[in-house]
Amino acid sequence: MSIYFSPFVIPFLIGVIVLIIICCIKYIRWYNQFDRVQKTVILKNIISWRFLSAIWETIMEALLHRKVFKRSFLLGYMHSSIALGWFLLIIVGAIESEIAIQTDKPFWIGIFYRYFVHDSHAFKHAQFFAHFMDLLLLYVLSGVILAYIKSIYSRIVGMKKTTKHVIFDTFAKFALWLIFPLRLLSESFTAALYNNGGFLTQTLGNMINYTVADVLEIPAWTLYSFALGTFFISMPFSRYMHIFTEVIFIFLKKLGVGENEQISGYTMFELSACSRCGICIDNCPLHKDLQLPGVQSIYFLRDLRYKRPREEIAENCLMCNRCVAECPVGLDLMTIRRQMRYKKDLDTHANYNYIENLQPFNSIGRIIYFAGCMSHLTPGIIDAMTTIFEKVDQKYWFMDKDRTICCGRPLLQQGFSIQAAELRRKNTQLIKQSGATMLITSCPICYQSFKKEYNLPIQVMHHTEYIHMLIKSGKLKLRKDDLKVVYHDPCELGRGCGIYRQPREILKTVTHLLKTKNEKEKSLCCGYNLGNTVINLEQQTKIRNAAMSSLRAKNPDLIVTACPMCKKAFKRASDFTVKDVAEIVKENIISE
Amino acid sequence: MIKFGFNISETRAINLEDCDLENVKKLHREVSSFKLCVSCGACSATCSARQFTDFNIRKIHASFRRGQYAGLQEELKACMLCGKCTLVCPRGVNLRSMIINMRKILLESNKK
Ligand code: SF4
Ligand code: SF4
Ligand code: SF4
Ligand code: SF4
Repeated sequence: MSIYFSPFVIPFLIGVIVLIIICCIKYIRWYNQFDRVQKTVILKNIISWRFLSAIWETIMEALLHRKVFKRSFLLGYMHSSIALGWFLLIIVGAIESEIAIQTDKPFWIGIFYRYFVHDSHAFKHAQFFAHFMDLLLLYVLSGVILAYIKSIYSRIVGMKKTTKHVIFDTFAKFALWLIFPLRLLSESFTAALYNNGGFLTQTLGNMINYTVADVLEIPAWTLYSFALGTFFISMPFSRYMHIFTEVIFIFLKKLGVGENEQISGYTMFELSACSRCGICIDNCPLHKDLQLPGVQSIYFLRDLRYKRPREEIAENCLMCNRCVAECPVGLDLMTIRRQMRYKKDLDTHANYNYIENLQPFNSIGRIIYFAGCMSHLTPGIIDAMTTIFEKVDQKYWFMDKDRTICCGRPLLQQGFSIQAAELRRKNTQLIKQSGATMLITSCPICYQSFKKEYNLPIQVMHHTEYIHMLIKSGKLKLRKDDLKVVYHDPCELGRGCGIYRQPREILKTVTHLLKTKNEKEKSLCCGYNLGNTVINLEQQTKIRNAAMSSLRAKNPDLIVTACPMCKKAFKRASDFTVKDVAEIVKENIISE
Repeated sequence: MIKFGFNISETRAINLEDCDLENVKKLHREVSSFKLCVSCGACSATCSARQFTDFNIRKIHASFRRGQYAGLQEELKACMLCGKCTLVCPRGVNLRSMIINMRKILLESNKK
């Protein structure tokens, strides 16, 4: 038997073996659930620059936790010190033992190095390594201490609410919290006996009585090994499964694999890649304004992962995308929601024969204007757009002037994918046959749908992009009024499609734009988002009011937005003027 | 005759004793705002699907409420879930949720 073995290594060994076996079984099973397309994408892209960018992303996110830092420095420090610190402890430990011991040695030597190697001058820079390892241990310990504090007082790391965890998580968490203090203790005992510690462990060791150290050395190392083993065994069943899964997920994503309409092996990777950090809770409108428990992405994913999904949870989400913007792992949370909303038997061939008679208008040399269902409830927007088209002599076909076919996105969001596809097919046919070269829509929902769910051969623009283009090219001459306005980013346009710049630039041209607290990615949902069918009007109103009071904080003259739905939502509060970007542009057109 | 976009229905007699109101109760449980409806017809007037056919959402839920379920499942499939009806309803009836749940309930009761 190797001289680098002692019975206390066994718990650690069992942990590692169990962990490797379970992870392999899980990963292979999930990979087998990938479909042909997903598998080919991986093979095709594995030898490309994408692979390098995945490595980069792994370092930045899985180790350094850059996105968590952006949210809060202390939270980022906590996550990165444990992840990066532990990673370095393993790597540097391996290097240290590699240099020190030339003969055959077991793989666990780096973990228990100081117990087995007592000579602090075993090689040239042995002292340096001892100090450096202590430094790393201190780094990890500082993160662990922050984690203790966070569990008692979460606001310190910038979070109002921390996660409620399942039993495995608690088990694994305590094991994790014990690992590093126990390592410190064991190494200090050994240092007390053999003087082989670094600046930290040796200082502690010097304070320990020799006989005490002699008695407690082995028990301490045993406990350390037990803590490691316990953590490894509970890892695949707890949230700590994200440690490895997040890395695989980053690679899969970077190699171009994505979600399907149905749950696939990729979804399983996503579910386990969620670290249950809880960052998605605080700003979810359903938590912030309604205090609805258990519906936020973190809980939704957790329930799904432990195979107890609840329909009402899947349905209860505004699809406002706020959590998607905040999630440091970058999970495709909205697609998973949609997968779970899939209506199975209900989503059959619909009764849409009535749309078949609709004929395209010959629009060669024209553009298409697609107002969208909701814009028909805000005639001001349509009026503004038609005025603008006429002003710049743009010939257009008002595709949904009298009769509107929905774009299909509301159906898709509710899990009716077959029915949604029928609407998309008809709209696509009309658009293609019309011969138009561009499509302008006033509704961000339609915009997102045309952009992402359709595969149109022509350019699609939201009206803010279009107006912006007109201004830039000098076709539209506008004056500047002296109002003070704030701009509300609609979820579907902002976080959904990344259009933040154009509406702001337009507003800066025609009026005075004030900054608000919740801008761009941080914009608050108006509460009327079609994604949610569960909450009632009263609850929608609460969310709306929260968004509205944030917008009104600086006493603007009016609120400007770029979505008929948001406009309608704010209008309903009725004591304040709300306008669409198009309307305010129309009012400021200079008529020669 | 002027067309207002609405028809006047034939007079009919419904024998409430023959109606099975089990589904209605279920719908009430799922979509409590359903009972707020005053049958004003605003939903039908704005309905996108109605611009094409005589699909009439107000009438459908009125029938549902009376326990007359025949043919409703098929009719409901004409809805595009666009949400206009929900936005205009003066009583805050969650029509989209109501439509989805009516379809669910009808599907279940047909299976039995
Ligand atoms: S979904 Fe993202 S933000 Fe939410 S707990 Fe999981 S990893 Fe954190
Ligand atoms: S999409 Fe919006 S409502 Fe839904 S869970 Fe995320 S933050 Fe909450
Ligand atoms: S608009 Fe509302 S109150 Fe009026 S009929 Fe429709 S559901 Fe009933
Ligand atoms: S959601 Fe359905 S019933 Fe309501 S307006 Fe749209 S098509 Fe009509």
